Amino acid sequence: MEYEEAKQKLIDGLTKKTKSKSKFYFSDLADILEMKPRDAKKIVNQMVTDGILEFWSSGSTSMYGLKGMGKQAAAEHEA
Amino acid sequence: MAKHKTPLLDQLVSGPWPSFVDDMKQYAAARAKNEKKIEYQIPVDVVDDLMGLLELSYADGTTHWKHGGIVGVFGYGGGVIGRYCDQPETFPGVAHFHTMRVAQPAGKFYKSEYVRKLCDLWEFRGSGLTNMHGSTGDIIFLGTQTPQLEEIFYELTHTMGQDLGGSGSNLRTPSDCIGQARCEFACYDTQDLCHTLTNDYQDELHRPAFPYKFKFKFDGCPNCCVASIARADISFIGTWKDDIRIDQEAVAGYVSGKFKPNAGAHAGRDWGPFDIVKEVIDLCPTECMKYENGKLAINNKECTRCMHCINVMPRALRPGKETGLSILVGAKAPILDGAQMGSLLVPFVEVNKEDGYQAIKDVIEAIWDWWMEEGKNRERLGELMKRQGFQKLLEVTGIKPVPQHVKEPRHNPYIFWKEDEVEGGWERDVTEYRKHHQR
Ligand code: SF4
Ligand code: SF4
Repeated sequence: MEYEEAKQKLIDGLTKKTKSKSKFYFSDLADILEMKPRDAKKIVNQMVTDGILEFWSSGSTSMYGLKGMGKQAAAEHEA
Repeated sequence: MAKHKTPLLDQLVSGPWPSFVDDMKQYAAARAKNEKKIEYQIPVDVVDDLMGLLELSYADGTTHWKHGGIVGVFGYGGGVIGRYCDQPETFPGVAHFHTMRVAQPAGKFYKSEYVRKLCDLWEFRGSGLTNMHGSTGDIIFLGTQTPQLEEIFYELTHTMGQDLGGSGSNLRTPSDCIGQARCEFACYDTQDLCHTLTNDYQDELHRPAFPYKFKFKFDGCPNCCVASIARADISFIGTWKDDIRIDQEAVAGYVSGKFKPNAGAHAGRDWGPFDIVKEVIDLCPTECMKYENGKLAINNKECTRCMHCINVMPRALRPGKETGLSILVGAKAPILDGAQMGSLLVPFVEVNKEDGYQAIKDVIEAIWDWWMEEGKNRERLGELMKRQGFQKLLEVTGIKPVPQHVKEPRHNPYIFWKEDEVEGGWERDVTEYRKHHQR
């Protein structure tokens, strides 16, 4: 899959789900992309670099979200 | 005069041991005085507010830190841990109090000049409080605000040649014992292997795509000074194939009292004269040593490399010359529940610098492929191994089972064959079968 196509697929998949949650595990992203983790990682990394996705971290676990869709800092714990 | 009253914290100071509260008070006072005329980039009373917040937590019996956050330096999914406090009006100094993990140099081997530089940067742009070192080995910077993160990162990477460490679902900062730099027991160059893999696996360190955290630790010998066997998803432990080298003259030196056992450690009390039979031979866990007519002998086939005899008589005994390492997998040490030691996967592999440690990297990458595909969210490698079985691990790494892999007799009486292990596979020619067997 080309980057642009994969990007759109992931954005669509996440937008559909953002009603119920704003943070996703990496495996959720790989599932939406229907790719093996290593291939999905390339797309996801590029989307972080392009400012479409952002990281969320608790310190022990990392999650991803569409940039700006995550809860603001002041309300994060009420996710 | 302290900014907040802290009677509960003050009790900690009254005990017999040095307390972190003493350190914080001392530093809060120094920060207020600011003799070095530092232009602090975050509130000068950050440490006072931190103590006030901790006091409140002690009084309430609950934390006032929120869980995680969206902070980091551009392109990195680890190394910064967002911390926000839920009482920002009372304690504005710690409204944001993000942690930064700085990768420790291999073997935690660095000059005081380097620590000074780190501390200067951190006083200027952060709280000045550090944790040397965190449990993964990182140099931990405790508490700064979001706008400082990129500035600190720039300074670290551009002027100090220093990177951030791992956090989150990443490869965590690999950590190693001091190895051949100082220790004659080291069976391989822990610092070089640790440093090389840290560089080669930058992507895994900084861009989270694992189900959970993943730790490498490197010990030069089975003494396991970084406790890799208890804490690392993959532990690399130095070992040797041939015989323990014995210097009989030095053995006699220990027996006669010329050399102190354990290089003089444990000397705080009079244990009486050294007794080689009681203190070495009888304590060998595999009972493979004997001392007869003034000569020490080891049945090396039975030796499990526990290091006991070598530690007691380091002048007389040394690891063999054919050195390499063993790879163990699946250890983890969570605080609450489920601690687990590593299981032996590769009994011996040569440590080959020339080819960039390819044999070792092949094992690592096969394990990652499996865990990335099959691991559930927040499942450590050791848990996946339990869930799918050690046999599965052998299969994905292409390692042939050997007796060292067997921990105990099997529990399950059945043997399940795979199709390719059975002659002719699962398919049968039904017509041929019917010739001999009626319906
Ligand atoms: S683990 Fe072994 S080689 Fe490494 S510092 Fe400890 S004793 Fe020395
Ligand atoms: S290393 Fe341990 S097992 Fe091996 S000979 Fe010495 S005491 Fe025995």
